[in-house]
Amino acid sequence: MKFRIAAAFAGLALSWLPTVALAEIAQEFMLKNGMKIIVKEDHRAPTVAHMIWYKTGSMDEVNGTTGIAHALEHMMFKGTKTLKPGEFSKRVAALGGRENAFTNKDYTAYFQQIEKSKLNQVMALEADRMANLIFDKDEFSKEIRVVMEERRWRTDDQPIPLVYEALYATAFNAHPYHHPVVGWMSDLQSMTVGDARSWYQHWYAPNNATMVVSGDVDAKQVYKLAEKYFGQIPRKAVPVTRSQTEPLQRGIRRVTVKAPAENPYVVLAFKVPTLRDVERDMNVHALDVLAAILDGYDNARLSAKLVRTDKVANSVGAGYDNIARGPSLFLLDGTPAKGVTTEQLEKLLRAEVERIARDGVSEDELKRVKAQLIASQIYKRDSIFGQAMEIGTMEMSGLSHTQIDRVIDKLKEVTADQVKAVAQKYFSDDTLTVATLVPLPLTEKKAPPAGLRH
Amino acid sequence: MKRLFSIFVLSLVTVAPAQAALKIQSWKLANGTRVLFVENHSIPIVDLNVQFDAGSRRDPDGKAGTASLTNAMLARGLHASNTPLPEPAMTEAEISDQFADIGAQRAGGAGADRADISLRTLSSRAERDTAVKLVARILAHPSFPEDFFARDKARTLAAVREDETKPETIADKAFWRLLYGEHPYAKQETVPSVEAITRDDLVTFHAKHYVANRAIVSLIGDVTRDEADAIAQQLTMRLPQGESLPELPPVRLSAAHEERIEHPASQTHVLLGMPALSRGDPDYFALIVGNYVLGSGGFVSRLMHEVREKRGLSYSVYSSFNPLAQPGPFQAGFQTQRAQTADALRVTRDTIATFLRDGPTKEELQAAKNNLIGGFPLRIDNNRKILDNMAAIGFYNLPFDYLDTWTSNVAKVTIADIKAAFSRKLALDKMSTVIVGDVK
Repeated sequence: MKFRIAAAFAGLALSWLPTVALAEIAQEFMLKNGMKIIVKEDHRAPTVAHMIWYKTGSMDEVNGTTGIAHALEHMMFKGTKTLKPGEFSKRVAALGGRENAFTNKDYTAYFQQIEKSKLNQVMALEADRMANLIFDKDEFSKEIRVVMEERRWRTDDQPIPLVYEALYATAFNAHPYHHPVVGWMSDLQSMTVGDARSWYQHWYAPNNATMVVSGDVDAKQVYKLAEKYFGQIPRKAVPVTRSQTEPLQRGIRRVTVKAPAENPYVVLAFKVPTLRDVERDMNVHALDVLAAILDGYDNARLSAKLVRTDKVANSVGAGYDNIARGPSLFLLDGTPAKGVTTEQLEKLLRAEVERIARDGVSEDELKRVKAQLIASQIYKRDSIFGQAMEIGTMEMSGLSHTQIDRVIDKLKEVTADQVKAVAQKYFSDDTLTVATLVPLPLTEKKAPPAGLRH
Repeated sequence: MKRLFSIFVLSLVTVAPAQAALKIQSWKLANGTRVLFVENHSIPIVDLNVQFDAGSRRDPDGKAGTASLTNAMLARGLHASNTPLPEPAMTEAEISDQFADIGAQRAGGAGADRADISLRTLSSRAERDTAVKLVARILAHPSFPEDFFARDKARTLAAVREDETKPETIADKAFWRLLYGEHPYAKQETVPSVEAITRDDLVTFHAKHYVANRAIVSLIGDVTRDEADAIAQQLTMRLPQGESLPELPPVRLSAAHEERIEHPASQTHVLLGMPALSRGDPDYFALIVGNYVLGSGGFVSRLMHEVREKRGLSYSVYSSFNPLAQPGPFQAGFQTQRAQTADALRVTRDTIATFLRDGPTKEELQAAKNNLIGGFPLRIDNNRKILDNMAAIGFYNLPFDYLDTWTSNVAKVTIADIKAAFSRKLALDKMSTVIVGDVK
């Protein structure tokens, strides 16, 4: 989450580096059935990243079956009309591929990384499971147990993820961002194979999917392959997720999580806008720069002041993810140093934003943040996977991948005054949610000291 | 919410250097530094790292954490120097700002064997020169300011205490202690070991280990061979010559132990294994091909099939070899809800036992080779991955044709090779087990 503006955006033109070989511009195609194909050519190595993004995630779920988007993702590996359970992975592995999938609030995505000559074969596999997935009751009942283990592992036994689960559940009352992506445990316990089948039937359609391919390919050739494998899959009527707008928050909210841990932790979440119009949303761009000034490099404000100079925190951070289908939060977080309370750290974190609201930021800081932005556009070209990720997340949020460079341009335009103005505008008590970890001692005896055996 | 995040993690420990058609040039500087270089002009960037024999195995007795803290504090401030050039003192803030101003990225860390500092910078002359010089000074002139030392020590202690509440890290530390006994690989940071470290320890550790004659510079990117040579010289010209380091004791195979540690988490975490594999070992390829079948082949491994796919007992289950300078561990691991601990452990042990007895089937061997050979290009398809491979080749003195022969070495492995190699290196009754969680 740190310095997302640096990590998450593509770029080409670098006026002060005239010798730079320009990256290829991504090309876009549309199949007749409504499936979008985006291809970013990059010929540095004979490999390809192939991703299928479905615009359905946990925010499309309804209460009682939370976690179904993610559970379905697991079922996508459990067989089709022609492939046995596990066969998908076996075939990808036999091709030398690496594969996985991920579910988020806004989307569900599947990917393979593979030597370029195998692209058509993984495409055929993805097309097959877009249309022909089967739902076996026994396979589902085993797999949902795996999902529950995943929830125990990632959330139930992890203090910080528990804090974030509580934070979202508190910050959002009506909006489905209230629910965790993995789902509440009781929903997983009552989930049926029918829930999974119904989810698949509703949302898995070519007109709700975007293919992103990056790497050593010819864009037109990829389009032809896509047409060959996905072109016959019929379009479906995809449900429209009702807009559940979060009502105006009217005052500070607090939530406490007690869990076995050593150090306390606090995170502050302010409701701020999401990027909807790249040209007009200057406040969003300014907030992005503000996050970088607070925490975009080693000596950025929060660390410099709270960790380095005043030594009141062991770690601090700021984060702002403004590429999303739903609402955005601006986060400030930290672990206090010994002798400092979370209440004190909370005030100190807010004081750093207030300092910017009062005194503004220096031209040096602004320049520094922009220098990193420019460099990171070049660095990111080292990873075709990263480039495909960037295109996919942008598209899923409702913005076009063609605007990736434009976002960079807009960020470069942000002035010190604009940063100061957003620091004044968005950080009041009224839209703030604070989540705090209160560490509990392990109830049982601790691990034995070094060397002791039994 | 990745469906299986561990395949990425595992690839780091089980995967070794590699490549064909990737030309590594190598030479030695007059000061003894070894240089590995790959010329690549496709993006205007340079990636490099400088490694030393300065990992945790060199921690002073009773002061585990010294190697790691030394590395973490290299950029906390620079002292002024007159040799070979007059150069001023710098504060941590000045160092960080200078890197940020040119968009350069610095990282570093200490593992069991090696410690390093790495740099990614634009290859344009002004940025590159500034970044390289700054890294060179960080390696040579750290001032380890007293107040930052106190702060970093406090932060490290907080982190160690935090680790001691987490079942994964409790299990991991106990596992290394159990496997390595008196050997330095057993050294794990504890509250007393970190409390015992003084600023002088860091100064001494740095002077002894960050030396020119044991530096290994790996570099890939948009520079010529001559420029790479100049960069390597710039990086190491301020470093002293070091005396040779003491030999480490051999790794002795201890008797199998089982350690059970009670923890209130909803899942029990289990690790089992034994010291097994050194870098450069002739069994290396047989073991990684075999282990692909047993527990590293993502969704298609036997452990994954038996524990997760067939029985739904765990989200993540794996086995891996972690080859080090001396025999690094083979380990298998999983986590499962408390009540299922015994079941999952039995299935894991049975799966390993069957594999040790029978080896892979013909089909499994072919599937492993198809994946490893077919997927070889993915191991070297960007600068970062190639740099990691170069660093391992350089530090562990692997042959330079290692890259070119990797796929043919995989192709050569037979079922008999795998069975023989596994029986030379592993035995179920010699494996130690750590169970954190439900110990009843």
